[in-house]
Amino acid sequence: MKSKLSKSANTTISFEQALATDVPPRYVLRLYVAGMTPRSSRAITNAKAICETHLEGRYDLSVIDVYQEPVHAVNDQIVGLPVLVKELPKPVRRIVGDLADTDRALVALDLKPRR
Amino acid sequence: MKKTLAKPSFHALAKTPTGIQGLDELTGGGLPRGRPSLLCGGAGCGKTLLAMEFIVRGAQDFGEPGVFMTFEENPAELATNFASLGYDLPALVARKKVVLDFVHIDRSEIEETGEYDLEGLFIRLGYAIDSIGAKRVVLDTIEALFSSLSNTTILRAELRRLFRWLKEKGVTAIITGERGDSSLSRYGLEEYVADCVILLDHRVEGQVATRRLRIAKYRGSSHGTSEYPFLIDEDGVSILPITSMGLNHSVSIERVSSGVDSLDAMMGGKGFYRGSSVLLSGTAGAGKTSLSAHFADAATKRGERCLWFAFEESANQIIRNMRSIGIDLEPAVRSGALILQAERPTVCGLEMHLVTIHKLVKEFKPQVVIIDPVSNFAPLGTEAETKAMLTRIIDFFKMHHITALFTSLMGAETFMESSLVGVSSLMDTWLMLRDVENGAERNRLMHLLKSRGMAHSNQVREFLVTDHGVELRDVYTGPSGGLLTGSARAAVEAQEKAEALARQLGTAGKKRELAHKRQAMESQIAVLKATFEIEQAEAIRIMEQDDTSAAVLAVDRAHMSGLAQSSLAGGRRPPTPRKRGRAA
Repeated sequence: MKSKLSKSANTTISFEQALATDVPPRYVLRLYVAGMTPRSSRAITNAKAICETHLEGRYDLSVIDVYQEPVHAVNDQIVGLPVLVKELPKPVRRIVGDLADTDRALVALDLKPRR
Repeated sequence: MKKTLAKPSFHALAKTPTGIQGLDELTGGGLPRGRPSLLCGGAGCGKTLLAMEFIVRGAQDFGEPGVFMTFEENPAELATNFASLGYDLPALVARKKVVLDFVHIDRSEIEETGEYDLEGLFIRLGYAIDSIGAKRVVLDTIEALFSSLSNTTILRAELRRLFRWLKEKGVTAIITGERGDSSLSRYGLEEYVADCVILLDHRVEGQVATRRLRIAKYRGSSHGTSEYPFLIDEDGVSILPITSMGLNHSVSIERVSSGVDSLDAMMGGKGFYRGSSVLLSGTAGAGKTSLSAHFADAATKRGERCLWFAFEESANQIIRNMRSIGIDLEPAVRSGALILQAERPTVCGLEMHLVTIHKLVKEFKPQVVIIDPVSNFAPLGTEAETKAMLTRIIDFFKMHHITALFTSLMGAETFMESSLVGVSSLMDTWLMLRDVENGAERNRLMHLLKSRGMAHSNQVREFLVTDHGVELRDVYTGPSGGLLTGSARAAVEAQEKAEALARQLGTAGKKRELAHKRQAMESQIAVLKATFEIEQAEAIRIMEQDDTSAAVLAVDRAHMSGLAQSSLAGGRRPPTPRKRGRAA
């Protein structure tokens, strides 16, 4: 019993070490907005700020105006706008809103542990 | 609606036909054109199906392309589900008649941070509408958004905006919603969609599930307000709003034979009116089916089509049994003039039967329909439901000028009798068959209880089922006043025949007697005449004799006087001549 416990503890430690030493993943992000509204501008600004602060040098952020390319709205299952789609790393996640709530956005992007 | 009629300068509400059987009649032409309508109902009510039929019929029958935006099933699932209804969705999509857009929102993928709107939905919908020039839109079920997005304030505002936007787009839309406990829809969608609200319901009563539809609201239009049963089958949705029909069907003066000459004779020799409803009620074994067979046989021999709903016997059994009374229905069945639709009445609910009847009648277009027996519907619903259903059937047949024969079993079930009394008032002709028992026999009697619009016999007839069909015979009233049927009638008939014979014989005898008497009289006359003639001849002879004697006397007298004169001289007296005459 004792040895088993220590074994599982060792595994956990090694996993955490691996996580720490691993190269941080590259982020592929798409920000969908609907026209250049103030809300769209806010979303773009907030997205860029988050990326620069937390993902410097390891992100691709593309901004798509759905009005210009409505077919994207269908293909990428867009409902609420603006929306930041985290394509990579998996899992895919959609962050709906103008990203004003940075904490929630960071959690959704797996850049901050869930409370 | 009434206001619109009163002021013709106003435009009546434009409507978009749904193409769904019955729904257009119910709504007076369809859903409000260019407006959203709300379709609410619990799970499994047929919301998606009704909505999809609206889109498909629009695309196929009305040249109105449509967008079906689904929040629950993906296009592949929809295509599979609707393939069973004969809707080829992928083909319609390929021909740019229909757009299927699956809005998938995975709760686990979504995070809400800050302000947002549902513009994405608007863009997708707008894109879909514009890509095919859609006139119809279905959102099924937009309430799914409520379970995916937590900010209901934003959602409600956006839905309000969406419905307004749909109106601006000028598309006729159906928005489906789950039925709520206290409100029409779970999330109160009726607040936003106020023009037309249709409720669907699926209830189980007496182990029979029935779907029902009710129009809760239709702004600016008259509409049927009752709950109407509807059915989902291989042809989609059928709703039966028949009770809303007025009594304004045209009538025929044409008459159709009942197939039994003696019965026709009871109705002025011509039979039933075409398009009338005939109720044939009777006890078990009274001959209802036999009479129906006659009617069917006569119809097919006239070259008409006959649809026979048999709820007690199989088609083959009817054919076999009717052969025993000399009616062969098989040729008519083979030629397609007669359809024997045999079903157990308990196989489905009343409404399903109604729809089956409707569908078959619409496909087959019969001139004659037989429902044998209609009383088997009684256990399928409450008395009121059964009556409502029969009313609708009768109205339906009348509208289509179908002469309908309903048989009805009467007897122990007093309930059915009472409900039949209600139905019988809808019937134009009511034939009553019953059994009477006398002299250790049961015999059948028939009489015409009523027959609207024609002179008809008030006589009770004996109803005989022979090997060459049904016959009606006069019923004898016995010496005590009771009815005589069967062998008792035969006995009386024989007796009467004998009496008639006896009378006949008696008359002949009298005639002969009279002839004899006449002969006797004439011979007497001849005798009298002969006697008279003899006497007359005698009299004449005597009279002649007298004359001669007188003359002779005179001569004698003269002679005698001559003698006397000579005797005076001679002194001798001659004898008196008178004596001689007398002696002669």
